[in-house]
Amino acid sequence: MDLAALIDCLSSASCVVTQASTGLIVGALLFLVAAGLTLIFGVLGVINFAHGSFYMLGAYFALSAYRLSANFALSVVVAGLGVGLFGLLLERLFMRRVYNADVLMQLLVCYAFILILDDVVKIVWGPNFQSMGMPEAFQAPPLLIGGGVVPIFYLYLMAAAGLIALLLWVILSKTRMGKIVRAAAHNPSMTSALGLNTSLIYAGVFAFGGMLAGLAGGLAAPVRSMSPGMGFSILIESFIVTVIGGMGSVSGALVGALLIGLIRSFGSIGFPLFVEGTMFFAMAVILIVKPSGLLGKAAR
Amino acid sequence: MSAASARSSLGRDTLWALIALGALLAVPYLTSSRIALDFGIRLAAYGLLATSLNILVGYGGMVSFGHAMFFGGGAYAFALSLQKTGASIPQALLIALCFSAVIGLLVGAVCVRLKEIYFSFLTLAFQMFLHSIILTWTTLTGGDQGLTGGIPRPPFLGLNLADPVHLYGFACVMAVVGLWLMRAILQSPFGYTLRMVRDNADRARFLGIAVWRVKLSAFVLAACFAGMGGVIMALFVSGAFPDFSYWTMSGEAIFMIMMGGIQVFIGPVVGAAVLLLLNDAISRTTEYHGLVLGLVVLLFALGFKRGLMDFLGQLWAKQQR
Repeated sequence: MDLAALIDCLSSASCVVTQASTGLIVGALLFLVAAGLTLIFGVLGVINFAHGSFYMLGAYFALSAYRLSANFALSVVVAGLGVGLFGLLLERLFMRRVYNADVLMQLLVCYAFILILDDVVKIVWGPNFQSMGMPEAFQAPPLLIGGGVVPIFYLYLMAAAGLIALLLWVILSKTRMGKIVRAAAHNPSMTSALGLNTSLIYAGVFAFGGMLAGLAGGLAAPVRSMSPGMGFSILIESFIVTVIGGMGSVSGALVGALLIGLIRSFGSIGFPLFVEGTMFFAMAVILIVKPSGLLGKAAR
Repeated sequence: MSAASARSSLGRDTLWALIALGALLAVPYLTSSRIALDFGIRLAAYGLLATSLNILVGYGGMVSFGHAMFFGGGAYAFALSLQKTGASIPQALLIALCFSAVIGLLVGAVCVRLKEIYFSFLTLAFQMFLHSIILTWTTLTGGDQGLTGGIPRPPFLGLNLADPVHLYGFACVMAVVGLWLMRAILQSPFGYTLRMVRDNADRARFLGIAVWRVKLSAFVLAACFAGMGGVIMALFVSGAFPDFSYWTMSGEAIFMIMMGGIQVFIGPVVGAAVLLLLNDAISRTTEYHGLVLGLVVLLFALGFKRGLMDFLGQLWAKQQR
C-alpha cells in the first residue's frame, strides 16, 4: 500500500490527467465488452461466460487483418464483423441448446469454449505474446494537457467507443429493431405470440453482443499485448461492471465501466496489489445494498 | 421417511463407508507406486471440495461461484497454525475447520439472502476479495509466491505425515469420514428440509421453517468440509498457494460436480476422479490440453446433458420400470 503516492498524484494536475486518460480508455474498452455481456443477459437471460474469449478473438482478428492490409480502421471492422459472425455460429450450433437448461450447463458450455478458443489461438497465432504496434496514423507526439501526457490514440479510442455507445443507444431506443429487442427482453412469449421470431432475435442479439466484444478487442490491439488467455481478466472485470451497473442495463454498464476504469488506473498507484480486491469490494457492496445494480430494474 | 428406515439407511451408509475405507487402506499393501498414492490424496482433497459444494448446488439449489475460498482458507489456516504457532496436527485441523466455519458464517450470512445469479456473483466477489487479501498480506501469507518453506508435521497417534503412506492413509480416513458425515447430514431431517427449501422456499416458509437459517447452516457446513479438503491439499503440497482460493479453483469444483452428477451423492467424487484422470491423461498425450478437455466437456454438456452418475442413475431407473 502506498497511499502517500496516491495523494501525491491527486494533488498534481499532470498525474491526474495521465491517470484519468488511462482510466477512461480502460473504461471505454470495458464498456464495449460489458455492454455486449449485459445486452445478451438482458434479452436472452444467459450469461455468456465466453465473452472474454470474444474479446481475445477480436484482438487477434484485428492483428491478422492489420498485417495483411496495414489499415487500422479496416482491421477493427474486420474484428467486429468476424467475431459477430463467430458469435452467430456459436449461438445457432451450441448456445441455443442450453437456453432452457440449468445455469450450470450454460456455464459448462461456455467454459468449454474458453478452453477451446484459447488453444485454437495458440495453434493459429502461437503461444507467445504478440503486439500489433501503434499504427502509423497515430504515431504523432502525445498531447500535453495540464502537464499530463495523453497519447493521440487514446483520444481516437475514446471517440470510437463514444460513437459506438451513441449508436447503441440510438438503435436500442429509437429504432423499430430496438423496440423489438426490448420487447423480447421484457416478455419473450408475448413477443413471439405477436408473430416475431424470438429465436432469430436471440441469435441476432448474441451476434451483436459478440460484435461489440470483437470491436473492443480490435480497438485495444495497438495498446495491449496479446496472448492466449487474455480474455480471462476482461471477462471478470466486465462481470463486475455489469453487476455494478445492473444486469441488463446498457447505461449502467457505461457508468460501471468508467468507475472500474478509474479505480484501476488510480488504484495502481495507491494500492497496486489490492486493485482487484477493491473492484470486488465495490461489487459486493452493490450486491448487498442494491442487488439489481446502480441503474438496473428490480430483479425479475 | 420413517425413523426406522432412516436408521437402516444410516447403517447401510456406514457399512459402505467401512468397506470403502478398508479397500482404500489396502492399496499401499498392493502397490508402492507413488503415482497411485498421490492420486488418492488429491482425490481425497478434491472429492471433499466437490461434494461439499454439491451440498449447496445439488441439495440447496445455491450455485456458489466462490466455494474455493473455504478450500484455500482451510489450507492457509492449517499451514499457518503449524508453521507459526507450533500447534499439533489435530489442533491445527481443528483451527482450520473453525476458521472455515467462521468465514462461512460471516460470508454466508450476507450471501444466502440473495437469489440465484446474484448469490453466485456475491460469493464470487467474496472469494476474490479473500484472494486479494492473501496476495496483499505478504508478511503473513507469502503473497503470490504462496506459503513456502514447508510445514512441520509433528507425529501424532503414531502417524508420521511426512511419510507418504501415512499421509495417504490420513487423507483416506479424512475423506471417508467427511463423506460419511455429509451423507448422514443430507439424509437427516435437516437434509430433507434443505431439499424442500430448494424446491419450494415459499412452501417451506409457510410451514414455519426459517429458510435463511437452513440455507446458512448448509453454507457453514459446506464451508467446513471444503476446509477439510484444503487441509489435505496443504499437507500434500506442503504449503498453501493463492490459487487455492482463486476463482478457477471454484470453477474446477463446479466442473467436477457437473461431470459426476449432482443428484447422486457420490457423483461429485466420481466427477473429481474423472477430471483428475482426464487432466493427467491429456497432459501426458497432448500439449493442447484445453482443446481436448473443452471438447470432452462439450460432449458431457450437450451429449449427456447431465453428469455421469445422474446419467447412469436415470438409465438404472429406466431399467427398473
